[in-house]
Amino acid sequence: MTANDQRTTDLNKVLNRRRIVNLTGLAILNLLISLWMGQQAYNWMPPQASAESVLVDKLFSFMTTVGTFIFLGVIGTLFYSILFQRAAKYDDTDGPPIEGNVKLEVIWTALPILLVIWIGTVSYQTYDQMSILGDIAPKAMETVQTVPLPVEPKKMVATGVEKPAEAAPIEVRSRQWSWEFRYLQQGISSTELHLPVDQRARFKLISEDVLHGFYVPAFRVKQDIVPGKAIDFSLTPIREGRYRLRDSEYSGTYFAANQTNVVVESAEAYEQWLTTVAATEPTAAENVAQAEFNKSQETSARRGWPTIKPAPAPIVNYTSSEKDSHE
Amino acid sequence: MSNATLEPLRPNQPPSNPSPEPGTPENWRTFFSFSTDHKVIGIQYIVTAFIFFLFGGLLAMVMRGELITPESDLVNRTVYNGLFTMHGTIMLFMWTFPMLNGLANYLVPLQIGARDMAFPRLNAAAFWMVPVFGVILITSFFVPGGPSQSGWWAYPPVSLQNPTGNLINGQSLWLLAVALSGVSSIMGAVNIVTTIFRMRAPGMGWFKMPAFCWTVLSAQMIQLIGLPALTAGAVMLLLDLTVGTSFFNPELGGDPVLYQHFFWFYSHPAVYVIILPIFGVFSEVFPVYARKPLFGYKVVAISSLLITGLSLIVWVHHMFASGTPGWMRMLFMITTMTISVPTGIKVFAWVATIWGGKIRLTSGMLFGLGALFAFLFAGITGVMLASAPFDIHVNNTYFVVGHFHYVINGAVVMGFYAAIYHWFPKMTGKMYYEGLGKLHFALTFLGINLIYLPMHPMGLMGMPRRVASYDPEFAFWNVLASLGGFLLGVSTLPFLLNMLSSWTQGKPAGDNPWNAIGIEWLVSSPPPHENFEEIPVVVSPPYGYGSDEPLVSNNPAGKPIAEAMSSSEMEGAIA
Repeated sequence: MTANDQRTTDLNKVLNRRRIVNLTGLAILNLLISLWMGQQAYNWMPPQASAESVLVDKLFSFMTTVGTFIFLGVIGTLFYSILFQRAAKYDDTDGPPIEGNVKLEVIWTALPILLVIWIGTVSYQTYDQMSILGDIAPKAMETVQTVPLPVEPKKMVATGVEKPAEAAPIEVRSRQWSWEFRYLQQGISSTELHLPVDQRARFKLISEDVLHGFYVPAFRVKQDIVPGKAIDFSLTPIREGRYRLRDSEYSGTYFAANQTNVVVESAEAYEQWLTTVAATEPTAAENVAQAEFNKSQETSARRGWPTIKPAPAPIVNYTSSEKDSHE
Repeated sequence: MSNATLEPLRPNQPPSNPSPEPGTPENWRTFFSFSTDHKVIGIQYIVTAFIFFLFGGLLAMVMRGELITPESDLVNRTVYNGLFTMHGTIMLFMWTFPMLNGLANYLVPLQIGARDMAFPRLNAAAFWMVPVFGVILITSFFVPGGPSQSGWWAYPPVSLQNPTGNLINGQSLWLLAVALSGVSSIMGAVNIVTTIFRMRAPGMGWFKMPAFCWTVLSAQMIQLIGLPALTAGAVMLLLDLTVGTSFFNPELGGDPVLYQHFFWFYSHPAVYVIILPIFGVFSEVFPVYARKPLFGYKVVAISSLLITGLSLIVWVHHMFASGTPGWMRMLFMITTMTISVPTGIKVFAWVATIWGGKIRLTSGMLFGLGALFAFLFAGITGVMLASAPFDIHVNNTYFVVGHFHYVINGAVVMGFYAAIYHWFPKMTGKMYYEGLGKLHFALTFLGINLIYLPMHPMGLMGMPRRVASYDPEFAFWNVLASLGGFLLGVSTLPFLLNMLSSWTQGKPAGDNPWNAIGIEWLVSSPPPHENFEEIPVVVSPPYGYGSDEPLVSNNPAGKPIAEAMSSSEMEGAIA
């Protein structure tokens, strides 16, 4: 009897040890797959064209790793049950009456709490480093003409290159449905946003009618533009190229067409552009909303429902085209 | 079926209710009447909501048709904008909420051992408001200017722009319908909360109540707290639109961001109003088909209430990219992430319930598992979205659209199907066709992943939501999503076929075809009017699988006591 008992305990020990080894092996496998997914996550994003994008992608990769680990762990367990723990065809008895397990429940309450603290801390640090947003506390309604004193320069992003003198903010004007960028120092305007690479770019976001959203996916930043407020916004481009700028807050009929391009270029090319454009006479820009609206007024067939009339195409020194290529 | 001819038990039964068996097809006319029977109202809710679901789905398929190519070519842009506005509105206010109210109406009194809801007439009135505001909403397609085109958020100032200048326009009708829907939901919530507090059977303490009732209670309490904010916001917006007040109009000094707070103070918790009862369905379905008790039942029950509490302090995460200061973004990031703790507890508990069980993959179980899969995925992308710096990139992109459709269409709609397959035999007394059910599951699961998974890469690449046209680089993923959308449309056909033919010609199901433990399975299928001949006396907690403890000490259906007490294996044979 005792010998038998002894043998059973020994067998149990061996089985237990084997189970622990197996589980550890599976956990390591899961971890490896999760780390690989975390690396893949970088490829799902647009090009990294700003200092902020580097930070956001790193955060996303981290969260993808953690998320994959949890997802595979839970789904793997479920699949094992579904595959190997099915009731036999005529077996209508019940399973073991296990109603709970305090140790297990404490673990799976504590684990998410720790994870949340971890992800929360990383996110907080990332946001702090980005520091894209100026003081947004409700101010007196700033009229469009008043350009307030430059706010105290925010902490620079690590990868951003310090610039001795803060450039004046570029005024971003959003309308139904066009974008206009005003370089107040140079007294020029454009429907394409030009920025020098590796310098902190500062914006004053203004809407002339409804809510719009300033969104450049390659920069990973976005800010709603609220009519009646001028919002200080900043970012640091780090990669030359032409990227898409999209309206990200639904703004009515031609919302989808309310996009333009951002050109990030070397400091010399940027200065060159400013001087060339300053010498150009302002003309009416190409405008998709206007063109479509006019066409819909002419042909009655596919007019759809009445719409707000688009604002007139902006009169600017430099006008971009929808046909321009972008990354 | 011994109860089929039971006489009404109470003398004050209204004469307008001749049907002792509201579920049987012979009595289908009952469903068009002002019935006060909670089971009739429950089915009325579900069927009405499902019709709107098909309509909202049709709108979505037109949208996917437009989005299969980058250009705006299938419909005019104004039409597209009207389509997504109405799609969102119908799916939330005309399908999800009424559908869940239907499940709660049908199941809660049966599960707590009550003869009906606390206020049967209020119940009927709340239901009959659904077709009323449904008609108002649909009518807005035909007024000059068309339906609302400002999205289901109706953010001002876009929602205040009224191109036709008419007083009666799509937007004002929309606001009227939403306000009425709010009133109807508040009426329903008062009723359900009262019923659960006051009408539980003797012996049913809080921790003997089924998990579904816990989740319904938690969800309906959110309705009571949050809906007044939305309704107030909607009324203020209506005043801005019609009589020119300036609550939200910046041109006159109003604050459009204030509206966003009103809107999300309710509309985020609303997501929990939607998902909590589905959590309840999981907790009911998994133990039955795994033949094991719900793992950690008490903790699962309590975490529903925790979710209720937390859901009320997270709304600003919808406004991370809006006009909110940094401290607000950080604060609400933390509160939002915290919600994953009680939710995580539930997910782990379901997995542990299934683990080591004797699993039967019926259609109900398959849909339950599919819904859990979708919810887990959505939960993980949800924690990502809670992280403000990441959210600032994907906010208002298709990543969010993919995320919440995994919740609503993945978890909630598949959870609804799980509930329907599970309780269809109880509701109708008929058994559905398992083969069609499995086909339905395969098509739905495939369709959902094919349409919503590609939305995540689209969003990461930077495709905004609500666009009628997009840059060509997004075309590949959009084609996949559109194909998934059409597949999802097709997937409803086997379901409809199954339900209609089973209801009229299905085999009798018996009182307890799943051998499940629960008061609703102790009465006949469909249950008689007023449910119980004798109010059950509850002596055990729910989910006593694997142990032989009786659930009740008496005989609620008027059958021999041995039959009611033992698990009801023989009842199929009797039926």
